[in-house]
Amino acid sequence: MTKPDPLHLDVTIRRSDHDGSRDAHFQVPARDNQTILDVVSWIQQYADPTLSYRFACRVGMCGSCAMMVNGEPRWACRTHVKKVLNGSKVHIAPLRNLPVIKDLVVDMDPFFDKWGQAEGRHHPTQTRDDPVPRIDPEGAQRAEANAGIECINCSVCYAACDTVAGNPEYLGPAALQRAWTVFNDGKNADRQAILDAVSGSSGCHNCHSMGSCTHYCPNDLNPMQAITGLKRETVKAFIRGKSNA
Amino acid sequence: MMRPSKSHPLWFAFVVHRLSGITLALFLPAHFWIMSLALTNADQLDRFLTFADNPLVKIVEFCLVFLLSIHIFGGLRLLAMEFLPWSNAQKSLAAAAVGLSLFISGTFFLQAI
Ligand code: SF4
Ligand code: SF4
Ligand code: FES
Repeated sequence: MTKPDPLHLDVTIRRSDHDGSRDAHFQVPARDNQTILDVVSWIQQYADPTLSYRFACRVGMCGSCAMMVNGEPRWACRTHVKKVLNGSKVHIAPLRNLPVIKDLVVDMDPFFDKWGQAEGRHHPTQTRDDPVPRIDPEGAQRAEANAGIECINCSVCYAACDTVAGNPEYLGPAALQRAWTVFNDGKNADRQAILDAVSGSSGCHNCHSMGSCTHYCPNDLNPMQAITGLKRETVKAFIRGKSNA
Repeated sequence: MMRPSKSHPLWFAFVVHRLSGITLALFLPAHFWIMSLALTNADQLDRFLTFADNPLVKIVEFCLVFLLSIHIFGGLRLLAMEFLPWSNAQKSLAAAAVGLSLFISGTFFLQAI
């Protein structure tokens, strides 16, 4: 067996273009402090300028740099190479469960379309002339809404979810968590529209509670918990509907 | 397509729940059929019961009791997770389901041999 070279990383990148996909190998200088985003940027700047990838903030705020690192979905900018290195090797691939445009760039449209389909948007009832409603920041409902508010739409949870892999129609953890956040927002008026949107054949009842979304969310959010909330509320609404009939 | 690592406890709990469910769905019809022999064909049932004294069959029975029990406790965990207020102890609860099932199936095994 060859010993790992302490000065270089053995980087394999899954590259794709209109001719298909293949693995490309690069030798990248190892540094004491280095993220996966640094590695990808080094390759693009010094080895192959045609390599495509996305990033913006570099600090885990924008959600644009997610990719598969050694088979796990991660933010490239917040993943230290030392934490994921396999000897001196690391494998980098585009995010799972989304169509690849080129190299490490995936088409996020299906992911964002589902945010819309899950009705995770504000449903107002009031106008600017009405008084601003008072929301108790310590209230239980507000706490539920706050739990998912830090989501940055990075799609790491969506890539981790096996149910999305098996059923491309499934709305997925992030969109459902957003729906739950808006559902619990005291200023949102149309709760039933949200429950209708998330209880269809592609909705929250597809979730198998395997928790990969929660396990991988780099923001330590808990989409699985949000989904159990939606399941509970849709069942309650169903029973209420039956007893009203 | 790359698949993420599966090595986290709740993913294993998910797989165990599905596999135990499928095994029970296959086992229960056979179980009821054998019970029905008590009414329809007592001789055949006796022959089966003699065969069931075989230690290997006892081990299979131990596995079946374990699967039945893990399916019940795993199912209760899921029901509690979806219908009771959220608990952060999901991994511990899944581990408790395994522990309880091992206890029950182990007790059954010690009684049976
Ligand atoms: S829930 Fe977490 S993993 Fe999923 S999109 Fe939001 S920040 Fe990313
Ligand atoms: S808990 Fe539900 S949403 Fe999260 S990974 Fe599992 S199936 Fe997907
Ligand atoms: S570059 Fe913005 S989250 Fe990684």
